[in-house]
Amino acid sequence: MAKIELKNVTKSYGAVQVIKGIDLTIEKGEFMVFVGPSGCGKSTLLRLISGLEEITTGDMLFDGERVNNLIPSKRGIAMVFQSYALYPHMKVYDNMAFGMKLDRTSDAEIRKRVENAAKLLQIDHLLDRLPKQLSGGQRQRVAIGRAIVRDPRVFLFDEPLSNLDAALRVQTRLEIAKLHHSMSNVTMIYVTHDQVEAMTLADRIAVLRDGRLEQAGTPAELYENPNSLFVAGFIGSPKMNFLTGKFAEAEGCTTLGVRSEHIDVVPNGPWSGEVLHVEDLGSDHFLFVEIGSDEPIIVRRPGKADIAVGAKVSIAPRADHLYRFDADGRPVR
Amino acid sequence: MTAQKLLSTIAFYALVVVIVVFSVFPFYYAIVTSFATGTELFKVNYWPKAFSWANYETVLGGRNFVRSIWNSVFIATTTVVFALFLAVTASYALARVRFRGRGLLLMMILAVSMFPQIAVLAGLFELVRFLGIFNTPWAMILSYVIFTLPFTVWVLTTFMRDLPVEIEEAAIVDGATPWVIITKVFLPLLWPALVTTGLLAFIGAWNEFLFALTFTSSETTRTVPVAIGLLSGASQQEIPWGPIMAASVIVTVPLIILVLIFQRKIVAGLTAGGVKG
Repeated sequence: MAKIELKNVTKSYGAVQVIKGIDLTIEKGEFMVFVGPSGCGKSTLLRLISGLEEITTGDMLFDGERVNNLIPSKRGIAMVFQSYALYPHMKVYDNMAFGMKLDRTSDAEIRKRVENAAKLLQIDHLLDRLPKQLSGGQRQRVAIGRAIVRDPRVFLFDEPLSNLDAALRVQTRLEIAKLHHSMSNVTMIYVTHDQVEAMTLADRIAVLRDGRLEQAGTPAELYENPNSLFVAGFIGSPKMNFLTGKFAEAEGCTTLGVRSEHIDVVPNGPWSGEVLHVEDLGSDHFLFVEIGSDEPIIVRRPGKADIAVGAKVSIAPRADHLYRFDADGRPVR
Repeated sequence: MTAQKLLSTIAFYALVVVIVVFSVFPFYYAIVTSFATGTELFKVNYWPKAFSWANYETVLGGRNFVRSIWNSVFIATTTVVFALFLAVTASYALARVRFRGRGLLLMMILAVSMFPQIAVLAGLFELVRFLGIFNTPWAMILSYVIFTLPFTVWVLTTFMRDLPVEIEEAAIVDGATPWVIITKVFLPLLWPALVTTGLLAFIGAWNEFLFALTFTSSETTRTVPVAIGLLSGASQQEIPWGPIMAASVIVTVPLIILVLIFQRKIVAGLTAGGVKG
């Protein structure tokens, strides 16, 4: 329910500046994902918003109200931690009720809220158990439930899926997406290093790098119009192909980028070489073609693989899907 | 191969027996002696020959021995309560609050425990006189807390450091103050450490002799070790071995029972604490 504004926010630990001036507005009810490589400051930024860390300079506003020095519990936030951080000695019910008990909410109200949240997350049969008696996925739900019952203005997720196995991760991702739809007026901020999670969950993504905001936009914007070489390389799987040297010079840039699905195998293309490796995923397949660039070019084609390893192929990028970057990694338009 | 295995098994248990006998024999001999009377006392008996409660009757019927036991119970318990309260709050700060000079402070706390009792006795005596608590239980409680705290603080600080930071942060987001975090979140997780350190503090206070001897003057304020040490016989030449042994057994048994009870709790607590988040 809160609009969050960051105005030139910085954070330093002693002489080391880890957040180097970030301006960002997160709209009411938006699902914003912070993504970036490890050490880029995304978790720190989340902790600054939560109030667990204080910002060094700059301003933070929730609905226009300055919250720089407000303690976490007064900001109306709820947080889901990477390790769940459930209280090991409390039953699930008490874990979820703990915050409200400190608020001196009435017992009847606590029971109502906990039971509603438990029903929503399908953990109502687990309320009498201790965290150690639950599986990883169930603990994660309890952690989310503990956040829901606080009825927060802002929901913060710190890499909540990284302790789950692959299958459970996809399932829980879907649940978080459903949660966002059902609580559409709650602002959610989600930190991950996994760009697939970012692309699938986000209304908007903020790509961070080395304490700075690299680009913020919808998943489609970042995918189609990356504002820098870094964003182009970070968003999308497999990674965008980057070519330098003579390949780039031919297009009048320093680095030429082209996504794997925008390259076709043609009879007489500009680039040709040997197929080093084939990855067949069933629905589509990837060819790794050695054309003399720094790294083999990845070509994505639909259907089953029909070209064998060792074959010579000729490939051509689609001219309207070329990304050109200058020496500073900025796009050439 | 099997012969060698058998031999090493026998050697292992032989060593176990030697260690057990070595550590238990003095107490066993005290028990045997405590049931002996008269001239039996001065014969070396490894098995109880006569069996008599006379020594126990002498001790418990004595003027102030029961009073001494209650003094000891009160002093040891109060020491444990004070020491744990101070140590838990101090170790929270030392483990979780960043402040200048934290490492130095920890080293100083450790340094305090290096001084032998006799070295601080005179100074402590002055302090006790100054506070006007000479010949009261509080003199002992004060000095025992001083000597227990370094160890207690260090152990609890190490434990507290190992508790996941995220649990504390979750509590902060839930609106918990440091006091609530300590009492509602950390204390239940620290049970095994509290039981261990509390028990050791209790044993230390229960067995202490030098301070108890120095800071008491009347028979009614004595603790058990002093009372035993000052047990006297009918004449100055007679050392009443029988009653001394009986008294020793009486004061040791509660400790053994305490350790046995809490040992189970310690083991149970340690396994239950193995939950991550």
